[in-house]
Amino acid sequence: MSIIEARDLERTFAVRRRAGRLRRERSTVHAVRDLSFSIEAGEMVGYIGPNGAGKSTTIKMLTGILVPTAGHLRVAGLDPSARRTELARRIGVVFGQRTTLWWDLPLRDSFELLQRIYRVPPATYRRNLDRYVELLALGDLLDTPVRQLSLGQRMRGDITAALLHDPDILYLDEPTIGLDVVSKGRLREFLRALNDERGTTLLLTTHDLQDIEALCSRVMVVDHGTLVFDGPLAGLRSGGGARRTLVVDLVDEAPPIDVPGASTDRVEGPRQWLSFPADASAAPVVAAVAAAYDVADLSLQEPAIEDVIRELYAGG
Amino acid sequence: MSLWLAIARRAFRRYSTYRAATLSGIFTNCVFGVIYSYVYLAVWAAAPGAGGYSSQDAVTYVWLGQALIMTVALWGGGTTEELAERIRTGDVVIDLYRPVGLIGWYLAGDLGRAAYHLLTRGLVPLLVGALLFDISAPDGPVTAVAVLLSVALAVVVSFTMRFLVAALAFWLLDATGPRLLAVVLATFLSGMAVPLVIFPDGLREVALVLPWASFLQTPADIWLGERTGWSTLGGLGLQVFWAGALLALCAVVLTRATRKVVVQGG
Repeated sequence: MSIIEARDLERTFAVRRRAGRLRRERSTVHAVRDLSFSIEAGEMVGYIGPNGAGKSTTIKMLTGILVPTAGHLRVAGLDPSARRTELARRIGVVFGQRTTLWWDLPLRDSFELLQRIYRVPPATYRRNLDRYVELLALGDLLDTPVRQLSLGQRMRGDITAALLHDPDILYLDEPTIGLDVVSKGRLREFLRALNDERGTTLLLTTHDLQDIEALCSRVMVVDHGTLVFDGPLAGLRSGGGARRTLVVDLVDEAPPIDVPGASTDRVEGPRQWLSFPADASAAPVVAAVAAAYDVADLSLQEPAIEDVIRELYAGG
Repeated sequence: MSLWLAIARRAFRRYSTYRAATLSGIFTNCVFGVIYSYVYLAVWAAAPGAGGYSSQDAVTYVWLGQALIMTVALWGGGTTEELAERIRTGDVVIDLYRPVGLIGWYLAGDLGRAAYHLLTRGLVPLLVGALLFDISAPDGPVTAVAVLLSVALAVVVSFTMRFLVAALAFWLLDATGPRLLAVVLATFLSGMAVPLVIFPDGLREVALVLPWASFLQTPADIWLGERTGWSTLGGLGLQVFWAGALLALCAVVLTRATRKVVVQGG
């Protein structure tokens, strides 16, 4: 059974605007429309899209704090908005830009308060706390007030806070924003291990595509409130008209190479750039070039994921 | 239950870290207590038995007022300010993800704060007042319990009022005006400026049933024995009514405010 199931999800907002001195115009904005997807337990899914595309709206509907205007939605078998409190005990939420911890309390006190909020049994609490404190190296920081923590330390505290009650689903909203390269790497490693060992379902929204590449086998791209792509990361590369590039270094200068299945984009002395669809195999192109020309060297460039997504957004 | 206690304890602890503020506050309360005591003594010497109070009642009333200013947060402050700030910044969304009610959360915190202020800014001025002047004590444990209950209800009613004013800031962006108005209303209609019992006929009856009477006049009258038996129960009942009605109003306002935040994104 899918842990998250959304069918024809729609959310509209009424926007009132002043039009003239007294008159007000009402218009309806679709924040999300015709959104359908399902996520299996244990999946790690990247949810990306430009600002204002509908990411936050979707997450808010999934967590039950926003009611869908239309459509069918089940998270962990529950209707989120109708059973928000019950659902809240089964999900964890981490925001890169906000904290769930209490500013003026030591980390330990925040955790204890959360234990009470989520009614975590003492044994489970102790086990989880020990485990995450060790994995995230928080041991020396437990008695430090949150306001004195660095961003990276606070983030690790926030992750621990979100996991104390053993959630089935973890939503992460830009978890690596502002972190340095080493901290980012460690955090990703931790999330991967969490998914491996506990089978926690991860839904990650981010603008950092390296998060996605490092963690997610599946990507959903949303733009203008609808899904424009849903599939494996590799598929994102091959779909959407992306092209791979074959850089050919010939022994001598030559007119533009002409082989079937590829086109020559650029010629610069003995070096030529050929491109072909990303979902096609490079082998026949390489073979054709090698058969017809005197080749000194070859190299293959995958389309940059950023470019692919930029194209998706532009086409949406 | 343990959650609410934990929240209250945390608020208590947090306020208790501001020692210097507490000490200077106690000093201020005592100075004003002395000044008002002499003023009231002069007034009651000129008009004995005004409002049904003896001059001892009047002086006791002064010190009860000083004790309750901070406990009831008569002039604003408390956890409602935090909540308003979280609504403004959008951090309130985090509170919404938790399996607990928002109002209960902040109310529990405010009760913890009030407990701290009662023990420091309440109790100490009362003791000082008792040393310097002839003030009366509640006439038995039942009355004392009724006073404590009345003060707790006063904190709840005041919480709702402060919450509503703070929530207004959400729509108005700047709530300086409403805040000032709220302070003026609370000062006069709670009986902090002058006891409601010496208000002129008509105005007095109205003021006594308004929610602000909960802040000072009702607990003070129970303490002084001006209310006994059914009258005490009536006073407490009215406080319960206002607490319930205003909490319901807070819930409505909160729903509307958070909906706006949630919709705005973030």
